[in-house]
Amino acid sequence: MPIEIKMPALSPTMEEGTLAKWLVKVGDKVSSGDIMAEIETDKATMEFEAVDEGTIVAIAVPEGAEGVKVGTVIATLAGDDEAAPAPAPVPKAAAPAPKAEAAPAPVAAPAAPAVVAPRAAGEDRVIASPLAKRMAGQLGVDLGKLSGSGPNGRIVKADVEAAAGGVVTPVAAPAAPAAAPVATAPAAVPDFGIPYEAEKLNNVRKTIARRLTEAKQTIPHIYLTVDVRLDALLKLRGDLNKALEAQGVKLSVNDLVIKALAKALEIVPKCNVSFAGDELRKYSRSDISVAVAAPSGLITPIIVDAGNKTVSQISREMTALAAKAREGKLQPHEYQGGTASLSNLGMYGIKQFDAVINPPQAMIMAVGAGEKRPFVVDDALAVATVMSATGSFDHRAIDGADGAALMQAFKNLIENPLGLVA
Amino acid sequence: MADQYDVIVLGSGPGGYVAAIRCAQLGLKTAIVERENLGGICLNWGCIPTKALLRSAEVLHNMKHAAAYGLAADNIRADLEAVVKRSRGVAKQLNQGVTHLMKKNKIAVHMGTGVLKGAGKLEVTSDKGTETLTAKHIIVATGARARDLPFAPADGKRVWTYRHAMVPQELPSKLLVIGSGAIGIEFSSFYNDMGSEVTVVEMMDRIVPVEDADVSAFLEKALVKQGMTIMTGAGVEKIDVTASGVKAAIKGKDGKVVTSDFSHVIVAVGIVPNTENIGLETLGIKAERGIIAIDDYGRTNVPGVWAIGDVTPGPWLAHKASHEGVIAAESIARELGNKEVHPHAMDRRNIPGCTYCHPQVASVGLTEAKAKEAGYTVKAGTFPFIGNGKAIALGEPEGFIKTVFDAKTGELLGAHMVGAEVTELIQGYVVGKTLETTEAELMATVFPHPTLSEMMHESVLAAYGRALHI
Repeated sequence: MPIEIKMPALSPTMEEGTLAKWLVKVGDKVSSGDIMAEIETDKATMEFEAVDEGTIVAIAVPEGAEGVKVGTVIATLAGDDEAAPAPAPVPKAAAPAPKAEAAPAPVAAPAAPAVVAPRAAGEDRVIASPLAKRMAGQLGVDLGKLSGSGPNGRIVKADVEAAAGGVVTPVAAPAAPAAAPVATAPAAVPDFGIPYEAEKLNNVRKTIARRLTEAKQTIPHIYLTVDVRLDALLKLRGDLNKALEAQGVKLSVNDLVIKALAKALEIVPKCNVSFAGDELRKYSRSDISVAVAAPSGLITPIIVDAGNKTVSQISREMTALAAKAREGKLQPHEYQGGTASLSNLGMYGIKQFDAVINPPQAMIMAVGAGEKRPFVVDDALAVATVMSATGSFDHRAIDGADGAALMQAFKNLIENPLGLVA
Repeated sequence: MADQYDVIVLGSGPGGYVAAIRCAQLGLKTAIVERENLGGICLNWGCIPTKALLRSAEVLHNMKHAAAYGLAADNIRADLEAVVKRSRGVAKQLNQGVTHLMKKNKIAVHMGTGVLKGAGKLEVTSDKGTETLTAKHIIVATGARARDLPFAPADGKRVWTYRHAMVPQELPSKLLVIGSGAIGIEFSSFYNDMGSEVTVVEMMDRIVPVEDADVSAFLEKALVKQGMTIMTGAGVEKIDVTASGVKAAIKGKDGKVVTSDFSHVIVAVGIVPNTENIGLETLGIKAERGIIAIDDYGRTNVPGVWAIGDVTPGPWLAHKASHEGVIAAESIARELGNKEVHPHAMDRRNIPGCTYCHPQVASVGLTEAKAKEAGYTVKAGTFPFIGNGKAIALGEPEGFIKTVFDAKTGELLGAHMVGAEVTELIQGYVVGKTLETTEAELMATVFPHPTLSEMMHESVLAAYGRALHI
């Protein structure tokens, strides 16, 4: 029997993906574990392995096809024992690429596909009504974050509407047309005849757009800035790097800052939280999401339990994660989660900036460049290496004084850096 | 003193007896109070016996059209007495069925008239005397009755309500039916098939006014073709009962009043809730024009008192009453500490309605006009019976199925059907609506061939310009 290979669900919330690249062609023999294709989800590109042995007899979805629903048959494999039939032509036109007109796209597949994605197992699928799924897509609501009010927690239309900030069903005879609509998609951009080249948004860019809009619109941010002397930390870093040279470890300032943030969150646990509607989640571990500029857009790989890792461990992990991020090869568990974020633009000479919170987290630390500044030391003007750091806090969950306590703890750890290696 | 019961249900119609069963299933000590027949109007004097009558009319109709099927039948005649007898027999059978269900579920049945006397207190009076029952919760399910015309109170002789129309002694030669809702149209259809000359008067500008305008127009045409006279935008001004019948003054669409003779009149101008003299005032239960105000679970404004079915806002349908009964029972169980039950709120958008005239009418959700009024951009599709193989084989090529979608989200907003057996089809769309399917799932569903249900598929396809068989 020919085996149908279906679009896998590579993360619990994935409903569709882009078939970025085929690494096999019709007629190729594959065996379990062979990488057949690269699939781009909303966050990353993942490798898709074969679990069966056989010969590829048909490829149903061409390379580059976007919006391929989970469960769609993307290729057909003939078992080894059968005579491989004549390869079927690649039906380019049959690909379920989004059509220009409003033709309805078939909604998500009934069950998890037989083909196993790397490390996607063990995660529950989102239970939602078809209408809720479609409206979530239209309104930019992340179903993975909703709890459903339907039978057995099924997410229904009303839940999506509530999450989108109110009932979306049209109301008869709107009295005030001036009322600003809840912006979920930007209005059409006027064309002033300025020459431009239109580049289609990739999934990472779409996700960034949606999440940052959601964050800025729904989270009341407060910003707290401190100036931190770096001299002691720079000296410690130099000493440590000499000692670690033999092990091939070279600590960056950022590695130490990750550790400092994680430790500060442990000292001030009121800032290591998530605002979750009717409850506050207080985390007992500091997982730091570190912003990395990747070619496809910003992504935030996570150093899990950074507070309890040695700085050399953090450094090694960060080097590996950053490399994967730049290649678009991060696995979902490597970038989904985190309890607080760190964004560092110091290498660009940025003095100070305010970052946007990465929901459902409640704080992000924005770190500027360490630079020599005139600084008052013991009532006398001196030169010191100083860095400005600004914490953005979700004011629904964190009071100003608690945010300030975190900034103070962070500053103390950096200025007295032996605490980071103790 | 401890309460005798956890729950007392006042009224044993399709709302009340179902509520009582659900209460008993959830382990609550339950009593039900009924003044007349277990099963209430629905199965004694309503839904069920009319279906029995209409079935006789349908068989008669088919016999008269036997030649169309290559069959011959001579000397066809209706025996009205036997037809009514069959209908009463069906009602009796179901009434006994409810008696059995009460017994099986260990529900205490108190026959008599119940009146609320205070929180958790109900006084029941019968010819055997008066007793006071106590309970933690009371569900009011006393139902409704036909509305009388002020100038023509029903007398059972010439002026009938549904109840008289159910047990005719003689076939009306010339029947006037006032009101074209489900009850008026079903009796019109029955008596027309049985051989009466039927005139329907409707105040609104179309018959079955709650249905989609396309359905109303189609049904009117079909009924006129069967020989009925239909007057819309018209009203009966006056009725004089004479020795041989009635004289009715009817104001037509043109404003002119014409007086005509009829042998009988059926008044079907709606219902009034049975909420007088049951003690609502004693407890201060909020009601407007007799209709008790409730939340989505059946709670009245007075803790411990619940209301379901026809005493609450409409639609006034048996299946709505039963569903409310289940929700109220589960909500009570939860209030009494059972955290295993999860009652769901009543969703009024998904209550289907069925009218068993010939051709049948069935619908759920918003009509096309109502959907547009609500601000939706609508995609509507219609598929006719004439395009369906099974309909043609049945000799029932008249009718259509219409679906209404929200163009933006693909939500199924409403479905409207007229034609043979559509009352058995509508639940497919009701399931779909309850599960919040979009057009995509309906299109992806395999419908069996050959069935009338294929038209449900085609109608959805038609809404998106993809119908296959037309």
